[in-house]
Amino acid sequence: MTGATIASAGPDHRATFRAATFGDVLHSEWTKLRSVRSTFWALTATVVLGIGLGAAISAATAHGYAKSGAANKLSWDPTTLSLDGMAIASLAIAVLGVLGVSSEYSSGMIRTSLIAVPKRGRVLAAKSLVFAAVTFVVGEATSFTAFFVGQALISGHAPHAALGDPGVARAVVGTGLLLAALAVLSVAVGTLLRHPAAAIACMIAVLFVLPGIAQALPDSWRNPVTEFWPTLAGGQLTTVYHSAHTLQPWPGFGVMCLFTAIVYAIAWTLLDRRDA
Amino acid sequence: MIEARGLVKRYGSTMAVNDLSFTIRPGLVTGFLGPNGAGKTTTMRLILGLDAPTQGSVTVGGRGYRDLPAPMREVGALLDAKALHGGRRARDHLLCLAHSNGIPRRRVEEVLRIVGLEGVARRRAKGFSLGMSQRLGIASALLGDPAVLIFDEPVNGLDPDGILWVRTLMRGLAAEGRTVLVSSHLMSEMALTADHLLVIGKGRLIADTSVDEFVRSSSQQSVHVRSPQAAELAARCREAGATATGPDAGTGPDVIEITGMDSAEVGRLAAAHGIALSELIPVKASLEEAFMELTRESVEYQAAGVTP
Repeated sequence: MTGATIASAGPDHRATFRAATFGDVLHSEWTKLRSVRSTFWALTATVVLGIGLGAAISAATAHGYAKSGAANKLSWDPTTLSLDGMAIASLAIAVLGVLGVSSEYSSGMIRTSLIAVPKRGRVLAAKSLVFAAVTFVVGEATSFTAFFVGQALISGHAPHAALGDPGVARAVVGTGLLLAALAVLSVAVGTLLRHPAAAIACMIAVLFVLPGIAQALPDSWRNPVTEFWPTLAGGQLTTVYHSAHTLQPWPGFGVMCLFTAIVYAIAWTLLDRRDA
Repeated sequence: MIEARGLVKRYGSTMAVNDLSFTIRPGLVTGFLGPNGAGKTTTMRLILGLDAPTQGSVTVGGRGYRDLPAPMREVGALLDAKALHGGRRARDHLLCLAHSNGIPRRRVEEVLRIVGLEGVARRRAKGFSLGMSQRLGIASALLGDPAVLIFDEPVNGLDPDGILWVRTLMRGLAAEGRTVLVSSHLMSEMALTADHLLVIGKGRLIADTSVDEFVRSSSQQSVHVRSPQAAELAARCREAGATATGPDAGTGPDVIEITGMDSAEVGRLAAAHGIALSELIPVKASLEEAFMELTRESVEYQAAGVTP
């Protein structure tokens, strides 16, 4: 074996210390995120599903526009249609966010991470921030592309939207924002539940199952759910046409952010207190 | 320097660590010894701030671990070599850790060279053998060039060559003036590596002693004698105040085991009484036996224990 030695740990050695900063932890989390293959695949899935599904839904629905009823034409929202794929794509983001923490628990990496950065809140904050930033960039790029592709497919068959139309730019930008909020929520849920399977199941329930169940409930039960359920309320930011019993775009997004903040605060507290 | 004062950790009704106080000094390899389940890993987790103590406190260089401004530059630790993301390349794994404490990238290449993994730095960690993982874990502990090093069973899974390498590395780190704490359940390994011993059993401190002293005090001698007049010799020895076992079915019809007398004394006694000896062998208890003797009361998982 090599005889390479390491420098002596004398007093001058310690004098060269600089305290570890939050920036260092951000750098570390960025390296973690980009050095595993699941990141590449999940982000690819987000882009492909977001653009591809949006295109397919836009084309199919636009072709049926001429034959559809008056009510349908009244609520015609080409912007939302072209962004519909993002709802499914968000599952890839949720899974990646949840795995970012829970896979550290299942592999034991979390102990290595917390020994390196014992100020645990920093680990959670850096993880959330890095992942939210990456998601935001990928989300905006995807939602703008999906919007333009979708409108190109709709035009000629049905009225289409332009970025300058009222509410349209907000909906397209909002899609990336909502995805970034979802990224933070899934990191928090992963931290809270620690088990990958449980955390993924929880995110699927929040995103799809509970809103789906609400549709089967009587109106008096359903309306408050569609109005205030965090992911449905947040979704108002991404639509131009607003049906009855829904919040306005920014208040809706506010509900989603508030919900995320509460889950995040619980995750932060538990991470700090629990034995790792 | 690691200092524990009245350290207690309770998980539910289990006392994992029970009122531990010790000081681990720089410049020495301190062996942390105890049977499986004695609380070695728990103590290390308490030192590293992974678990919060139920009572008491432990400090590294005078500060609680979670208050260290640059943890990896002060303490390097290897708890579990497999505690990493298997999909990450070895170099990237070290880079993630180096970045978190602002350690420059070139240090990653240095530690890869020190542990001899530079050739496989681009391989994903899940393909590593336990021995390679141990080396990667040791590399991560060395990243910050820390003054305190903590290793939990570092020779697990290593081949004899690797064990020798770890032993030399530990001794070298201590010789540089660092504080080195190494846990093991193998007394024989610690006798070769450590200067000082902390022995624990069932979460309690059993011994805090130098290795030399432990060897001296615990290598109890006995004398194995074969003689056609074994029974008579046994009686003479007992008269002289020694303890003699046999001759019986256990030792054989002409064999006795004598403690409390050395072989020269037994020989003189036999000559004085005209007893012929066919074998006279001084027997030294091995360190392993001494350690087992010391911890017998506190072994958590006995193969044939009583029902709880």
